[in-house]
Amino acid sequence: MATEVATVELEERAKRAESRRGVLIGAPAFLYLILFFALPLLIVLVYSFASRSSTGATILGNWNLNSWIRVFDSQVAQIAWRSLWLASLTTVFCLVFGYPFAYWIATRSDRARGVLLILVMIPFWSNFLVRTYAIRFLMGVEGPVSIVSQALGGEPIRILFTNTAILIGMVYGYIPFMILPLYAALERMDWRLVEAARDLYAPGWTAFKKVTFPLSMPGVVAGSVLVFIPSLGAYVIPAILGGSNTVLLGDYIVSQFLSARNWPFGSALSTAVMIVMLAATIFYFRRGGRTL
Amino acid sequence: MTESTTAGRWSERLLGANGWLLYLFLYVPIFVLIVFSFNDNQRVAVWTEFSFRWYGEMLDNDAVLRALRNTLIVAAVATTISTILGTVAALSMERYRFRGQRSADGLLYLPIIIPDVTMAVMMLLFFAQAINIASHVVRLNFGLGTISLAHIAFNIAYVAVVVRARLALMEPQLEEAAADLYASKWQAFRRVTLPLIMPGVAGGALLALTLSLDDVVVTSFVSGPGSTTLPVYVFGLVRRGVTPLINAVSVVMLVASIVLVGISLGLQRRSGKTSPLIE
Repeated sequence: MATEVATVELEERAKRAESRRGVLIGAPAFLYLILFFALPLLIVLVYSFASRSSTGATILGNWNLNSWIRVFDSQVAQIAWRSLWLASLTTVFCLVFGYPFAYWIATRSDRARGVLLILVMIPFWSNFLVRTYAIRFLMGVEGPVSIVSQALGGEPIRILFTNTAILIGMVYGYIPFMILPLYAALERMDWRLVEAARDLYAPGWTAFKKVTFPLSMPGVVAGSVLVFIPSLGAYVIPAILGGSNTVLLGDYIVSQFLSARNWPFGSALSTAVMIVMLAATIFYFRRGGRTL
Repeated sequence: MTESTTAGRWSERLLGANGWLLYLFLYVPIFVLIVFSFNDNQRVAVWTEFSFRWYGEMLDNDAVLRALRNTLIVAAVATTISTILGTVAALSMERYRFRGQRSADGLLYLPIIIPDVTMAVMMLLFFAQAINIASHVVRLNFGLGTISLAHIAFNIAYVAVVVRARLALMEPQLEEAAADLYASKWQAFRRVTLPLIMPGVAGGALLALTLSLDDVVVTSFVSGPGSTTLPVYVFGLVRRGVTPLINAVSVVMLVASIVLVGISLGLQRRSGKTSPLIE
């Protein structure tokens, strides 16, 4: 290339060849995702306009908006509201306990930080189902907590199969998703700015409110989205820790496919949930502006 | 960050208390589960004596062993293919500019954003439709094949994110230097790029493996008769109640995932960079 005369045209041609090569290299992955991800997404969308026969079979034809109208029905609104409420509570609890925790780790010595961080990474990577099961085991009426409480002369614990149990399970499961981005934001922060605030006679709390917290905002937003999204669509945790009469969005969608056999309605519901998630994520990119 | 005021000392103490309590919250359930998996009693929470009884029963349980075999097959296939596809996607996104790149970006991130229930629904409808259409030619069914294809679909995105983070840290001048020294494109990739991004590729592969070994929701939607994986099998048992057998199986799954964390942390230490997942 070095011996050629670099005319504009040659440069253009090289650029085009380079661009072609880029597409070609990624092609296997993109084709895979088009076939096994984009196409299924489209199929779900199409199904949401299909109709259902009396036996529960889906009829691809006779297109209508019935499933979408049902999405805005009061029963769904109630379930969606309950899920939103639980997901918001989970996010708030994770933030309230996770923020001081991340701050605490970020302000330790280098050596201690490494160890403390690994202790967060272990549950983060551990099998999610098993961790939820551990909570189930601990909280059962015949479980260790209950036995200890009875041994101390108290009542047996009846917390399992309630919304509180789901909340505890979700905070337990998702708090590492909050801590890690918060820690990353605090660790990257220029602490000299806080010192500067202190030098200008800002009391500790004011320095935190005016300097530290605003600077850690990307971490707060990232952590909140990373906790909120899986909490809203949670299925495994409510199925294990929740009662049979507390229906949340996750189990409601699943039941449309596995028991109620109403695929068009289930498709409309799951598309609606996805749209809400996308909106939340776009909000995150606008505010936090960072990739995962 | 040394504080000499009383308020400072108090806030420092509160921070510490919150920290240690949170560690207790994270670890106590796991430790209790591990301890009770060695309990001989049929009634789960009543301690009688230490024994390996339930681990023995686990090894004699055909359903558990079959589910374990299925899990390992799916995880091996899905991890291998998704690591290759995720890496090429990362290379093409980070090293080249082409038209439609923003749509490709969306396609790559979407599988991470959507909840697994939605992913499960998508896969179910897609494979039901595909099997239906194919039935004119061949008889296909839900099974290990559909599970692996679905796992690859959600794993590619995660591998791509990790490898892209690594590529972004690498200086493109190194590849240019190789080209100046008359290395072909392939040689430059093989000798320069690949060794440098290897920690990212390995990290991505471990993440894919973990996700594949953990998945319950998507797998339960696309598995067929006889193709249950271990998490799906355990999930089914857990919904019916707590048993000492589940305790033992859970501890084995837990230990496996902790070993994987250990490997991944070791890899990071060698490469001297923190995981992009922490970022």
